[in-house]
Amino acid sequence: MNEIYLDHAATTPMDVEVINTVNKYMEDYYGNPSSIYKTGQIANNKLNEARKTIAELINANDFREIIFTSGGTESDNLAIKGAALALKDQGNHIITTKIEHHAVLHTCEYLEKHHDYEVTYLDVDEKGFVKIADIKEALREDTVLVSIITANNEIGTIQPIKEIGTFLKNKDVYFHTDAVQAIGQIKLNVQEINIDLLSASAHKIHGPKGVGMLYIKKGTKLVPQLNGGAQERNRRAGTENLPGIMGFKKAVELVMENRQKYVEKNSYLRDKLINGIEKSIDDAVLNGPRGSKRLSNNVNFCFKYIEGESILLNLDMLGIAASSGSACTSGSLDPSHVLLAIGHSKGTAHGSLRLSLGKDNTEQEIDFVLEKLPGIIQRIRDMSPLYIKEKERS
Amino acid sequence: MYSEKVMDHFQNPRNVGDLENPDTVGEVGNPSCGDIIQLFLKIDDEVITDIKFKTFGCGAAVATSSLTTELVKGKTIEEALRISKKDIAEKLGGLPPNKMHCSNLATDALKDAIDNYRGEDE
Repeated sequence: MNEIYLDHAATTPMDVEVINTVNKYMEDYYGNPSSIYKTGQIANNKLNEARKTIAELINANDFREIIFTSGGTESDNLAIKGAALALKDQGNHIITTKIEHHAVLHTCEYLEKHHDYEVTYLDVDEKGFVKIADIKEALREDTVLVSIITANNEIGTIQPIKEIGTFLKNKDVYFHTDAVQAIGQIKLNVQEINIDLLSASAHKIHGPKGVGMLYIKKGTKLVPQLNGGAQERNRRAGTENLPGIMGFKKAVELVMENRQKYVEKNSYLRDKLINGIEKSIDDAVLNGPRGSKRLSNNVNFCFKYIEGESILLNLDMLGIAASSGSACTSGSLDPSHVLLAIGHSKGTAHGSLRLSLGKDNTEQEIDFVLEKLPGIIQRIRDMSPLYIKEKERS
Repeated sequence: MYSEKVMDHFQNPRNVGDLENPDTVGEVGNPSCGDIIQLFLKIDDEVITDIKFKTFGCGAAVATSSLTTELVKGKTIEEALRISKKDIAEKLGGLPPNKMHCSNLATDALKDAIDNYRGEDE
């Protein structure tokens, strides 16, 4: 049985070219970039080449504005804690949204609990969009940071990030965005958008796990969260993971080369999945918007009367890998905070299914999912005490 | 994540559905916690002669419901009530720790059904 991998929002398989690059750097470039002899300096030059490529991806002004981390979670932690603590004399208020990734939400909760910060968690509308008017209303004299996810990892909503950046321009606050899901699909221009801090990760774009980056606009104050050596311009101590970083560089090059092509292909498959599911399954509610304001690879539905883990287990038996926002899969007693924030009851939120496409998915695979999914949903519904059959309802 | 026995009961659940004119019905859970188990029983002279279940929930919730119905069918009420959550988990080859409390509810549904039956008897 071949696997049909439809969980690219969780992680992506490494591209062969990326693997070859990582291997090469593991074999041939062992020097410590901080060492002054040749082997070290060669490694350091390679590091800076990687910074340049990533700076190009997001149109940063200077490659020195890119620092490397262990991944999206560390980048979010450094951006939020680092900026908040650096500006603590200026204020202790942070604005974010109810649909952030846990790496942002739990970092904000940490600052509330341990450092007496006040955090405003903005509501979103039923499609997951933040309103500029709400940001305006939440802004205070003592606001130091606004952190808003570029594109949501669960429901694919792409925020009006340029409008938010434009609104925040000339306001005395830092603007951070978690672009982990976005960088592979959306062309971001940090100078035009007026972003101060941007987090991204390699493994969501066919790069290696354990590698991420943080864009820090020149002049942005930040208290380091890992203390030690002077690496990464004193922003992040620890010897850099050169093979992983060079894999990240390769993955970014492939994004720049192929993004348009994959976005077009995935948008087509995404809409085929959405339309096919809506046509063949009753009481299926699409989560997130339609069209160009939705990530090109994201499909997320709530199937009423059933629970998500049962759907995943049934799909897994057919070799289909997907994810859900049910409590069982979120590791807590509550279902996804994102699905609750867009207005679902807990009962409905438990029945969610996310299918996230990648560059290698084929139309045949999508056809197979569309062929099998209705039967799976019906089988689980037939077991559910909440399901009233169409016949009995009418 | 799940044992073979759990997956077997999940894939081929025993006694799914409901009964016409059951002698008693038991139910536990609610939609917001993500698990609901309903049991429908036929009881003849203190013996559970037939039992069916309907479950809204995860793989563990379905498997524990299925096994519970299999174990109690043909047993007396007293025998059935002696089956514990631990027995169910052990017979399924173990359950993940986070599933022990939230998804191993079928014995509670059975107790609810028996309570309802006794209540109606009096």
